[in-house]
Amino acid sequence: MNHAPVHDISHKAALAPAHEGGQQHPLGVYFKVWGLLFVLSAMSYAVDYFHVEGLLRWALILTFMILKAGLIVAIFMHMAWERLALIYAILIPPIALGTLVWLMLIESDYTFWTRILFFDAGS
Amino acid sequence: MADATRREEPLPGTTAPQVLRDFADDWASDQEVFKGVHWGKAMMWIFLLSDTFIFSCFLTSYMTMRASVTVPWPNPSEVFALTIGGQSIPLILIAIMTFVLISSSGTMALAVNFGYRRNRKMTAGLMIATALLGATFVGMQAFEWSKLIFEEGVRPWGNPMGAAQFGASFFMITGFHGCHVTAGVIMLLILSAKVLKGDYDRSGDYSAVEIGGLYWHFVDLVWVCIFAVFYLW
Repeated sequence: MNHAPVHDISHKAALAPAHEGGQQHPLGVYFKVWGLLFVLSAMSYAVDYFHVEGLLRWALILTFMILKAGLIVAIFMHMAWERLALIYAILIPPIALGTLVWLMLIESDYTFWTRILFFDAGS
Repeated sequence: MADATRREEPLPGTTAPQVLRDFADDWASDQEVFKGVHWGKAMMWIFLLSDTFIFSCFLTSYMTMRASVTVPWPNPSEVFALTIGGQSIPLILIAIMTFVLISSSGTMALAVNFGYRRNRKMTAGLMIATALLGATFVGMQAFEWSKLIFEEGVRPWGNPMGAAQFGASFFMITGFHGCHVTAGVIMLLILSAKVLKGDYDRSGDYSAVEIGGLYWHFVDLVWVCIFAVFYLW
């Protein structure tokens, strides 16, 4: 039934979240997010341009990355207005990747020290 | 949702052989998850989820390689610097590429919106603008690759600047992403042609534009992650 030609624009104001047939939002939302993405990108570029180093650099880069990713998924990809079941089905599984990253960090640390100890500083 | 009429009247364009439709119906068992969500959209999201895992595997192996090398990693800020007007500007090409791709996401979001307003010309125009921005991105990437290969001597197995793994991760990650962008540009051109022809006005359903848009935004999303962890780290 969700294939049915739905919605005349006249009842646009009454559109509930995840309304069947499509997503209809005021254009201003997109321009705001567009602007925000530009600002956030410029800020992450500034991190590199002004040579921010160390922990602060990584924290800033990751913060800007997560904010940008969140804006794109939530607004541009309309996830904020989707059904909860779909949101959970798509956004929960990637959390498992944290385990992979954690395991590979341990593994790379092991490899690093093996190289240092046995391969003459890796050269 | 599970009314029998749906199977008897397939939408134009969905002319799968009866045996395949029976097969799908058996497995679907007349059920539908994500009520009220276009099936194509649900399927696109599931595809994007799998793509997320593919890109995450690339980025995680890049992290593993970079964290385990004992020689210095080439500094991306210097490797990707461009000399403009006699002045070396760090990472400038990558920054421009980022802005281009974000802008393409913006025009795509607008295209989806105009699609649901039944504005055929605006939708197609914005989609073609998106495709042009995407093609610009791929063009700049081709420039970046050739500069790296021919001028800096970066190879998948080594480079003059430091850790040999740099080239392997760079070509794999950005190459796979570039292929996604290229596929997206082709998809956008096909979709915009269908919009212009009025296919979606006839079927009364502009969902295809939104579903195509999901893919495009995902490509932008992946670039956001690559930009952060590969170029800026």
